[in-house]
Amino acid sequence: MALHRREVISELLRDRPDDLLVVAGLGTASSDVASVEDHPGNFYVGGVMGQSPAIALGLALTQPERRVLLVTGDGDMLMGLGTLASIADQGPRNLGIVVMDNESYGETGGQKTATRGRVDLAAIAAGCGFGQTAVATTAKQAQAVYEMALSAPGPVFGVIKVAMESVPRVMGRPRDGGYLKDRFRENLLGYTQEPL
Amino acid sequence: MSDDAPTWPAELYEMLRRHNIRQVCHVPDAGHAELIDRCEADNEINVTTLTSEEEGVGLLAGAWLGGQRGVLLMQSSGVGNTINALALPNICKMPFVTIVSMRGEWGEFVPWQVPMGQATPAVLEAMGLIVYRADKPEEAADSVDAAFKIAYDSGKSVAVLLSQKLIGAKDFRAK
Repeated sequence: MALHRREVISELLRDRPDDLLVVAGLGTASSDVASVEDHPGNFYVGGVMGQSPAIALGLALTQPERRVLLVTGDGDMLMGLGTLASIADQGPRNLGIVVMDNESYGETGGQKTATRGRVDLAAIAAGCGFGQTAVATTAKQAQAVYEMALSAPGPVFGVIKVAMESVPRVMGRPRDGGYLKDRFRENLLGYTQEPL
Repeated sequence: MSDDAPTWPAELYEMLRRHNIRQVCHVPDAGHAELIDRCEADNEINVTTLTSEEEGVGLLAGAWLGGQRGVLLMQSSGVGNTINALALPNICKMPFVTIVSMRGEWGEFVPWQVPMGQATPAVLEAMGLIVYRADKPEEAADSVDAAFKIAYDSGKSVAVLLSQKLIGAKDFRAK
């Protein structure tokens, strides 16, 4: 029986450490993360498809004492495949990636992604040189992915196969990019003499 | 380093230091070779070699979220790869600086470089970037200085174009 993404995200972010930083990829992944809690340590990427892995890398490199978690979808990850090489090359030990893989472009009508066929994202990450990778299709396997993503020495990469299903959009989350950035930096950095 | 080696790459490096640039990411170009070498030799600067230029836009946005300043070094042919990603610093009102070594504009011998080189200023401006240009060695460091100021003090996205006149057609990496 397929896993449901809202149950997955609830488990992943249950007992969330307050110092965890979460980058959420565009579309349903951002709604997923916001559906648990609109935490000021969340940065919801509202567009620029393919960029969320690079954003998470930049954050992980500059905040090595903080755990950084990227939650995104298979479409966003496929567009950012090259960044898996850049991440592995930099090797941030504080970065975990979880891909909610519904094998579909869920926001645009459910067209198939390449992961419905032969493409194995975890194998690509392993080939790039990620230390640990995993694919989960059961709740038990998913638990191991949560633990790896939140605490194993990074960079680590987990794929959770989820059902292609319609879930509510969480439109109440902040969507103004300037506000999101300011809130995230104030929460993380406090007052700085740099411009926000 | 020979006496006639250009000094502007070293001046650009000093400008990066002066503005506390901690993250340098690039898809390499001969025009940036000396600056990249100097940054890689600096323990205060983390250098990321990208697979494609648009990654640099995301990486620097993440770095700014994490509290560090950065710069993206690329060739004009890479500018086209970054266009949609440039919505990120724009919509989030984040500072963003790129230094672009120009091809396809002045005595270019590779025809494939010409279309993107000719379009570079227009497409950057279309995405809302402020575009500075350095044609002479003495303009390079000043332009980069001004770019960091308006980016990091005023929250803008800026590109500094190092013209092919400045860089020259051949490998100028100082030995």
